[in-house]
Amino acid sequence: MRLRYLTLTAVAFFSAFPLYYSVVVASRHNSALAEVPPPLLPGGNFFANVARVFDTVPFGLALANSVIVAGSISLAVMFFSTLAGFAFAKLRFRGKNIMLLVTVATMMVPTQLGIIPLYLLMVKLEWTGTNYALIVPALVNAFGVFFMTQYLSRALPTELLEAGRVDGCTTWGLFWHVVLPVARPAGAVLGMLTFMSAWNDYFWPLVVLNPDNPTVQVALSTLASGYVNDYVLGLAGTAVGTLPLVLVFALFGKQIIGGIMQGAVKG
Amino acid sequence: MSSLPLAATRRRGRSVRHTLDVRVSPYAYVAPFFLLFCAFGLFPLAYTAWVSLHDWTLLSDEHTFVGLKNFGTLLADGYFWNATFNTLSIGVLSTVPQLLLAIWLAHLLNRRLRMQTLFRISLLLPNVTSVVAVVVIFSQLFGRDFGMINWVLSWFGAGSVDWAAGTASSHVALSTMIMWRWTGYNALIFLAAMQAVPRELYEAATIDGASGFTQLRRITIPMIRPTIIFVVIVSSIGAMQIIAEPLLFGASSGAGGGAVSGGPDRQYQTLALFVYEQGFTKFDFGYASAASWLMFLAVVVVAGVNYLLTRRVKGGLL
Repeated sequence: MRLRYLTLTAVAFFSAFPLYYSVVVASRHNSALAEVPPPLLPGGNFFANVARVFDTVPFGLALANSVIVAGSISLAVMFFSTLAGFAFAKLRFRGKNIMLLVTVATMMVPTQLGIIPLYLLMVKLEWTGTNYALIVPALVNAFGVFFMTQYLSRALPTELLEAGRVDGCTTWGLFWHVVLPVARPAGAVLGMLTFMSAWNDYFWPLVVLNPDNPTVQVALSTLASGYVNDYVLGLAGTAVGTLPLVLVFALFGKQIIGGIMQGAVKG
Repeated sequence: MSSLPLAATRRRGRSVRHTLDVRVSPYAYVAPFFLLFCAFGLFPLAYTAWVSLHDWTLLSDEHTFVGLKNFGTLLADGYFWNATFNTLSIGVLSTVPQLLLAIWLAHLLNRRLRMQTLFRISLLLPNVTSVVAVVVIFSQLFGRDFGMINWVLSWFGAGSVDWAAGTASSHVALSTMIMWRWTGYNALIFLAAMQAVPRELYEAATIDGASGFTQLRRITIPMIRPTIIFVVIVSSIGAMQIIAEPLLFGASSGAGGGAVSGGPDRQYQTLALFVYEQGFTKFDFGYASAASWLMFLAVVVVAGVNYLLTRRVKGGLL
């Protein structure tokens, strides 16, 4: 039993240490990195380094873009997933089971391999360099639909829907007045998961955006790939651009983990 | 009297609307997902095959049909095979230890524990860290001259390793980053499955004197096999498409030779990075699409083989 705690504590340490160390480096001066032993405590240079981040790349614009993109995607995913989840969990229609099966199966399709035609499509639509190219393809996804289906088939009492029908509700009315309130807790978890993954998305924004109108992750990669190895600059950007999200996660971690574990049991 | 037929019409109108509402509206509710997936997922994937049969570059509007020429060139391209080797090597190095460790961690967590939530949150911290942040942080840790990892290794008398320079060492460094980011996530998925295993099985095994390890091997693993199969397939599909890590590692370790080549000697260029190099720095869309399409076949083969391998596991995994 003691060994179990020791192992888990060690794993927790290795999970958290790189994040802690990035803050240490981000608050130092580049010269401190050459010290032996390496510095293990934060220094006093953090805000000066962050100011350098804003001078080097359009970081304010990047933050705004990321908030807009991740925010719109989360709202849309919450809405469309709840809508589809409601239909799959509680409505009767022909082909429902097959369609749900197909939805889950699409999670295994390596869509990244279609990236070249997807880029050509964005060129055709004249969406390259704009946030549309990031938002529109991500408005709803299979994970969200499956997640809300699972939740609503468990949490939404069929009697409640029948009572609504008797009162003369249309299907849309049921969705609006009965389903949405019930779906709220799971929707919040889905929204947070979606926000985090949209915020952290890197490869597609890199392909489709220009460096002068980036998201946070694209701006960070520009910072990190300078000709001079300026680790402090890169890590200061990382600390501002990604660690707030990690902190939010640490606060709401319990609910988010519950969500991941519920959505995970399949196959 | 004259209002009667009108009322009947109205009633019929309402019932048509009701039928539409009940029979048809569900399709409208699930439609957004399918439309979006077809437009931005399935269509591009299928269109890749069409592009791959053409001489298709950004520079010219003319796309000459060339049949399988791109595939022929590709199979004779040493860089393509180099990327295939690197993908498989990094894939095995990162996935196999990761999943074994994840099962073991889930097994450790599958008990009544103090600080259960704290352990779970810390396990998932790496996964909510963006891939850019992960590579930036680990490039520093894996630095040749002032990296923390070389400093620790020096306690044991090891010389400074130039992690980014060698084939094996760069694969180890990249696999470490991937493992760090994904082990905890997979452990939680295994844990979710383990919690559904009936407690009585373990109680009976404990009475029979089975050790924790035997219980893991004889009870847990056979009981959560569907989840293991699922995770193995998803992980291998993911591993075949690794791109952000090598791309950023090349950029931020300052190895030179351009980030898209995966190091000066292409020692860690993966298949997805090869596609990116051909498509978005050389703008040879036809050639890049052919590479994508071969990658797709490779993904299907690797996922299929792993499915068959995992399906045969009957508690004899360890």
